[in-house]
Amino acid sequence: MSDHDVARPGAEPIRLIDERGDAAPLQRAPGFAMPDAGILLDLYRRMVLARRFDVQVSALTRQGRLATYPSALGQEACEIAAAAALADGDWLFPTYRDSIALLARGVRPVEILSFFRGDWHSGFDPASYCIAPQTTPLATQALHAVGFAMAAKLRGETTATLTFLGDGATSEGDAHEAFNFAGVWQTPTVFVVQNNGYAISVPFARQSRARTLADKAIGYGMPGHFVDGNDVAAMYAVIADALERARAGGGPTMIEGLTYRMEAHTNSDDPSRYRADEEVERWRAADPIARLEAYLVTDGILTPELQGEIGHEAERLAASTRDAMNEAPHLDPLELFDHVYATPRAALAEQRGFLADELAASHAPQASTAGASTADEGRTA
Amino acid sequence: MTIIHHTDAPAEATGEAPTTLTLAGALGRAIGDALAEDPSVVVFGEDVGPLGGVFRVTDGLNARFGDERVWDSPLAEAGIVGTAIGMAMNGMRPVVELQFDAFSYPAFEQITSHLAKMRNRTRGAVQLPIVIRIPYAGGIGGVEHHSDSSEAYWTHTPGLTVVTPSNPIDAYWMLRQAIASDDPVIFLEPKSRYWTKDAVPLDHAPAPLDRARVIRTGTDVTLMAYGPTVKTALDAAALAELEDLSIEVIDLRTLSPFDDATVNASVRKTSRAAIIHEAAQFGGYGAEVAARVTERNFFHLAAPLLRIAGFDVPYPSPKLEEFYLPTAERVLNALDTWEW
Repeated sequence: MSDHDVARPGAEPIRLIDERGDAAPLQRAPGFAMPDAGILLDLYRRMVLARRFDVQVSALTRQGRLATYPSALGQEACEIAAAAALADGDWLFPTYRDSIALLARGVRPVEILSFFRGDWHSGFDPASYCIAPQTTPLATQALHAVGFAMAAKLRGETTATLTFLGDGATSEGDAHEAFNFAGVWQTPTVFVVQNNGYAISVPFARQSRARTLADKAIGYGMPGHFVDGNDVAAMYAVIADALERARAGGGPTMIEGLTYRMEAHTNSDDPSRYRADEEVERWRAADPIARLEAYLVTDGILTPELQGEIGHEAERLAASTRDAMNEAPHLDPLELFDHVYATPRAALAEQRGFLADELAASHAPQASTAGASTADEGRTA
Repeated sequence: MTIIHHTDAPAEATGEAPTTLTLAGALGRAIGDALAEDPSVVVFGEDVGPLGGVFRVTDGLNARFGDERVWDSPLAEAGIVGTAIGMAMNGMRPVVELQFDAFSYPAFEQITSHLAKMRNRTRGAVQLPIVIRIPYAGGIGGVEHHSDSSEAYWTHTPGLTVVTPSNPIDAYWMLRQAIASDDPVIFLEPKSRYWTKDAVPLDHAPAPLDRARVIRTGTDVTLMAYGPTVKTALDAAALAELEDLSIEVIDLRTLSPFDDATVNASVRKTSRAAIIHEAAQFGGYGAEVAARVTERNFFHLAAPLLRIAGFDVPYPSPKLEEFYLPTAERVLNALDTWEW
């Protein structure tokens, strides 16, 4: 594809499996082939696990065990397709809603949930998983993904980066700057916009007048693809193709997955104030897991035995997630001062000493016995 | 990469004669030497390539090192800082320019929310050795948004190191150390001092990046200054000498961290202190210095610490800046308000 031959995304989303679980007509997915049975089965398994994790964590949040959790229920196709399409050395730049993509890339539940439980801002070592810390400000991480990819390109490495954005995030200036830098520098970066219908309460119609968000790609000189974001086969095919193109020096791609957030924005949100039950029900019929399940069962790829095994694996994951939240968090107040600067600072050493003295005073023997046992009971109840 | 030893003492001299450089030239020399010594150093930003920067700091570097080490980026400050963060996460040491002080504000979120916090949020697993060069402050007849002093925003942000040289020697050595630092550094360059010339010895190790420097000794008053106001402070000290008032001038150099030891020693000797800066006074850097120095030296002080600063108005148009900027006379008048 030459620099100025950028295909305009279609008005209808690319689709490989339709809402009833049937193979979609190929003209809906020009140039993209159905992933093979092994990949589809793997995507199915990962989506089932992700949903069970999401449901479990939402339950823990309602119980007050986590400070907050932004659910991705209903968005499994976008999240899992991206996680599965990334090569081991590729880097993911996620947002706060992309925990199940982290899970799919192997991050342990306790490391993911550290952020939402409030132990520390990021509970995992980025280099161990090739995943940047989850970001809360919108679209800022997209620039990090472009810079990371630029460094790889300058060194002649084949690493690609993938970053998630929401529909709301595309309104941010940083999204524009990231798309533009990626286009000008031709970095190996894939932007996956999960258009889930709402930015907290603001519907897409009040977010953008663009026909599709993928249309924006044209203005940045990169290919854009508008995809059925609840069709994991299509999302995987399009993302894998974009990543391969990126690694081969073909530059960035923008992919919009049209999907839906089935749950609230977070546990503090009341979606009944801004969307109708009928709308939610309509989207329930487009469920990404049910759709692939129907396809795989019809084709005889997914047997009842296999389904049973995956179900057990999901329950084991839920149980281990609950157990992980029963583990005492790693909390060391003095660690507040440990990771601010590489070069030690006298002023911070002084403040660390101040807190250490306060802690020593509060843990004096006469104060600790009754108070500590009450606190422990509170934690395990 | 080159390790610059942290010592105040000159290292073994090599006998090489000092090179006379402007402050801008010293900065360019520092970047060029870093580029030559460390392949992970890259330079990008608006106009830093073939043009050599609007102040010519990066003059000749694109021709010498090529487009893959020194290049022009799209015009977008958040983009420049945000992509630098990604590059640093992937092993590079970006030195980026934000051209003019008030043009750094579009990058505010990337600097305060990400650059400053990445090491902390990842428990030290990710470090961001990035230098953000910001030509700052006034006195050159610049139009609106070209003369702000933004140091208070950056020094208020934990995780950042904020420094500003006032002369070519410091410009060279402080920038070398900023590039070598594993912490992100906001490197504020006083525009009005870019053309100051001095002989820069390139063969001895510098003072560490957390030390102020007493640049003129005195016995009656400690006058703290940094960047563009160091010259104003020295002019004030020269004038005061005619009136038999002995002013000790400290060039703070590193605004964050603050060098308490050097300042406290001086204040306890003179028992009177003042700070001079161009930025508006209210909530400014001088307020931190006043509080800090007073807390630590109250019983050694004979008078309240004074601030000689810009007025609490937006930075004025070029034809009015002479009325806004602190002058040597204004410093002496301020000192006269003390009961002696």
